[in-house]
Amino acid sequence: MKKTTKMICTLIAAAAFIALLVFLESNKNKYGMAVTVLQKGFILAVVAVSMNLLNGFTGLFSLGQAGFMALGAYAYAIFTIPVESRGSVYYISGIHPAIENIEFPMVVALIFAGLVAAAFAAVIGFPVLRLKSDYLAIATLGFSEIIRAFIASPQMDQITNGSYGLKSIPAANIYMVIGLCIVCITIMAMLINSSYGRAFKAIREDEIAAEAMGINLLKHKELAFVISSFFAGIGGALLAMFMRSIDSSTFKIALTYDILLIVVIGGMGSITGSVLSALLVTASKEWWLRFFDEPLTIAGVNIPLFRNGFRMVIFSILLMVVVLFYRRGIMGTNEFSWEGLFGLIKSIPKRISSLFRKKEGAAK
Amino acid sequence: MSKTILKVEDITMQFGGVVAVNNFCMEVHEGEIVALIGPNGAGKTTAFNVITGVYAPTNGAVYFDENMIISNFPQGKMKKMYAGENHGKYTKKVEKTPDQITKLGVARTFQNIRLFKSLTVFENVLIAKHMRSKANVFSATFRMNGKEEKKNREETMKLLEIVGLADLKDEIASSLPYGKQRHLEIARALATEPKLLLLDEPAAGMNPQETDELTAFIKRIKEQFGLTVFMIEHHMDLVMEISDRIYVLDFGKPIASGTPDEIQNNKRVIEAYLGVPEDE
Repeated sequence: MKKTTKMICTLIAAAAFIALLVFLESNKNKYGMAVTVLQKGFILAVVAVSMNLLNGFTGLFSLGQAGFMALGAYAYAIFTIPVESRGSVYYISGIHPAIENIEFPMVVALIFAGLVAAAFAAVIGFPVLRLKSDYLAIATLGFSEIIRAFIASPQMDQITNGSYGLKSIPAANIYMVIGLCIVCITIMAMLINSSYGRAFKAIREDEIAAEAMGINLLKHKELAFVISSFFAGIGGALLAMFMRSIDSSTFKIALTYDILLIVVIGGMGSITGSVLSALLVTASKEWWLRFFDEPLTIAGVNIPLFRNGFRMVIFSILLMVVVLFYRRGIMGTNEFSWEGLFGLIKSIPKRISSLFRKKEGAAK
Repeated sequence: MSKTILKVEDITMQFGGVVAVNNFCMEVHEGEIVALIGPNGAGKTTAFNVITGVYAPTNGAVYFDENMIISNFPQGKMKKMYAGENHGKYTKKVEKTPDQITKLGVARTFQNIRLFKSLTVFENVLIAKHMRSKANVFSATFRMNGKEEKKNREETMKLLEIVGLADLKDEIASSLPYGKQRHLEIARALATEPKLLLLDEPAAGMNPQETDELTAFIKRIKEQFGLTVFMIEHHMDLVMEISDRIYVLDFGKPIASGTPDEIQNNKRVIEAYLGVPEDE
């Protein structure tokens, strides 16, 4: 396919996306669910790509994402809550005088949030990154829980407001949230396609060979870990910005598993896969499968299964089906390309007919 | 005689109670092709791994370009268990990691091919260029190293043409036939701009025709890149044809060294390979 055709396709897609955002923003009340899902989906996509950078591209099985998100979210929230409303937020123990009057503008606070998470990652990286596979996962998981417990501890009341959580975080509109998400994902994609990204992939493929090619393992692993945590921190900050109130229970291990699920479904080692799956998973979890939670009556008979929580059963079944049919995730290690998309569309009739042919063959 | 590029001094490698390499000394001069041979399990690959920094030796030192790159002496638990010679001769611990040694100009290939399997042929070679690039992570991410990146890509392409893999550059490395994978591994090693190339059984699993091709190939790249080559090999045709000098290891001990002719007529080498008649 020609370069210009691709350009045009991309421009059309971008324009359509912006039009969709404008439409949703102006009809916020009617399409509230779509607005929510889109924002949350994109925020999770940032974190999923950051996790993919570690797990899918560098081959480091780390499960610390929720902890770094918590650091980012709190770093962002503490310094953006308007000074005048801090009294009502820290109503139990009051705010620590050292941070009482410091307020950052939004973007500064976002970068600060990323840096806090990155700094913590840099410190724990040196001991933790000497571990491999499962052991690394356990160590990072442990640190992530430590962070959460630390934030929720009563000793931190004057800074993090302990287990009461933080509220009154200034709101951002949909353009801001999604725009920032796209910027973060683009930066990570550029990193992955750079010389450093290739070095990360080399480490994933074969550590011994990578080292023999002059790649300093610890330095590059540390780099991947710090950058991944930086963006996980920003992802957490974006989540705080979007939810407007946070508390430490948001950042339990379950959040890491949610993100791991997104990464695996999307494909370990595919950026577009992670984005796509973040949107699909969020949408089906929060929106498309909602009706399974409502009581359903067909012809006067109340179907007993349709009740609160049934949605998650269906969701889990869907996940299993996806994993069965796409063993390496939706995208595998491939990235989105227009050729791929058009090729897929063209192959649909063939695929359907081959499906029938197989069945005929089986019948014979 | 030209200058010594690699000097291995009294290397002993002991794993637990097993002495895999015992008191191995060796010199490689600039521009030579030197081979290390020996029956299976003689400790050849272990010696190789010591030189490239994969294992720290139990005792001994390695010099590259007159700089000490590796040195060690029995410490801790090993102090009592040490069964090799020259105990107490070395008192310094110098341990360069494999990447640092590669950076100094020692490139290697592996006995069981270790390519970056799911990456393309082109990427495999391009990765080896990463070490010499000056870009930091920011300039690389935001594409401020365009010139360097372009130069690296051009050099990679040139290298692939030299080794005859240019038309396969977008293939996934693991999909290449075995012989080509060997060539790719050598190309990747060359991309690190080495002075000394270490080949670990480059002809393993090759048929005679492929081996002949490889012989010519090694000679050609040696001239073209001004390399010094040190290799482990089992194919005697290959070894005898291209080596300037040969070292022989048996049960971890060096038993002979010399030119191919000398080695072919050395009684101890023949015994090591063929065994000694029982009645003797």
